[in-house]
Amino acid sequence: MQTARQTGWMVVRQARNLMREPIWIAMMVIQPMLWLILYGQLFSKVTPLRAGAGSYVEFLTPGIVCMNAFFGGTWAGMAMISDLDRHVVDRFLAAPASRLAIVLSQVIRAGITAILQALILLVVGLALGVRVHGGFAGWVVVLAASFLLAMVFAGFSNGIALVLRREASMIATANFVGLPLMFLSSILVSVALMPGWIRAIARFNPVNWGVDAARNAVVVGGNWGSAMGHLGLLLAAAAATALFATWCFRSYQRSI
Amino acid sequence: MDAIVAEDLRKRYRAVQALDGVSFAVREGEVFGLLGPNGAGKSTTVRVLTTLTRPDSGRAFVAGEDVVAHPARVRRSIGYVAQDSGVDWEATGRENLLLQGRIHGMSGSPLRARVDELLGFVGLEEAADRPARGYSGGMKRRLDIAIGLVHGPSVLFLDEPTTGLDPEARAAMWVEVERLAKEQSLTILLTTHYLEEADRLAERVAIVSRGRVVVEGRPDELKAGLRGESVTVELGDVDGQIEGAAEIVRRIEGVSEVVVDEQHVRTRVPNGAQAIPAILSALDSGGFPVASVTTARPSLDDVYLHYTGREFSSEDEEGAH
Repeated sequence: MQTARQTGWMVVRQARNLMREPIWIAMMVIQPMLWLILYGQLFSKVTPLRAGAGSYVEFLTPGIVCMNAFFGGTWAGMAMISDLDRHVVDRFLAAPASRLAIVLSQVIRAGITAILQALILLVVGLALGVRVHGGFAGWVVVLAASFLLAMVFAGFSNGIALVLRREASMIATANFVGLPLMFLSSILVSVALMPGWIRAIARFNPVNWGVDAARNAVVVGGNWGSAMGHLGLLLAAAAATALFATWCFRSYQRSI
Repeated sequence: MDAIVAEDLRKRYRAVQALDGVSFAVREGEVFGLLGPNGAGKSTTVRVLTTLTRPDSGRAFVAGEDVVAHPARVRRSIGYVAQDSGVDWEATGRENLLLQGRIHGMSGSPLRARVDELLGFVGLEEAADRPARGYSGGMKRRLDIAIGLVHGPSVLFLDEPTTGLDPEARAAMWVEVERLAKEQSLTILLTTHYLEEADRLAERVAIVSRGRVVVEGRPDELKAGLRGESVTVELGDVDGQIEGAAEIVRRIEGVSEVVVDEQHVRTRVPNGAQAIPAILSALDSGGFPVASVTTARPSLDDVYLHYTGREFSSEDEEGAH
């Protein structure tokens, strides 16, 4: 109960602080649109890529939603590092702040950001002729996939932030993890076109769980069982990485 | 009852023995200073006492609770003001205070009233609704103190409260801490590497050096404990031979703790008026022209030198934490 209250107030703090950064808001809105438009144009002539979708943009939109969500998540630890550097975390820890609440506030902030960006992407997609075949349920699934994906990677990223505590190391880790996971997923290319070994790995890639759920919701508008299964896996993974980050406070507190 | 008790605290970070058996006790309601050079172990001691990190061995009690066994209970009774400020820059002063109060389980109008009271206490009413990013160093520090006080703690930790402040802001902070000690019923533990700060603010000090408390007591007692006076001789032209001058002074009967820097030989003698002629004639016949001589009552600097064998100003110990 105390943890839930503290989480809530810490999320409010983060959201309010972000709203005071006009550059951040602009980047948050523009960047996903750039992804969608650039990738959409670049690969639009390559018909096989889109695997039965009405257009490559329709195929791509749920993928970009997920890419954006998990990239956002991998960078979430930067906010933790800034709070560590400014001793805000120490101040919380010397007060009766729940470690889980500190982590969850970062993770939920990343999730909410991802939802907002997903909404922007879907609206831009609609303007480019994308149809969400799953209707209202489809929208909910896409937003849930982006929320959970961001949280999975934000938990991981916060744990790494607590262990490494340096921006440069954090940037290196985010790139090291982010790009391979993107190419080991069906964000840009349908599963059918992947080499076998990538397809095998992609099955265990949380990014791909999200892409599968979101793409089913947009392109197919069915296959809900598989989507639910993947969302369930993402929820479990999000819980696991949040606990991992909370556990990383031990490492941090041993080192100070 | 003692508000803080540290017993033989030890902590090691890889190659650095940060705490090597720190023991001291702080009485309820007093302002206690941990004085020592950078890296002596002051901040590590504070981090152990505020439950931020655990000692490898040893015990500590704050407000009657064991910091290792019951950290959550300790956290409810302490306020902690970190060395480099814990202010959230993007939030306003008021928002910083409200969040800290909520972390302590406060809410509603009692919290808002407490925040207003504290903003007034530290003189930040006008800046209360501006983001802290725009605050001066002194304002941030005052906000830090207000944040540490929001839940009405019984023990307040101030880690290097004036480091990084300009002289004017430092003087203002000293007044602030004195007022705090007088107006709030608080035990205050402050760390500092400024001798004069400890001298002015602390009722009692523990001098920390290389992870140990070398002596503990009231500043005036510590100084009075060193009988005699300190004599500082400034030499005219030393030409790199300052150690030779020190040797000459060391051979004089009655002098102790001879130390040198570029142009000065400093020593402690039982009686300055009697010792100075002997010192001057010895230096003169050794070929060292004397430019000036001053005597002074022992300072905390001399206390530090006496108990550690090293000069305070020359110390900046390895592995600052």
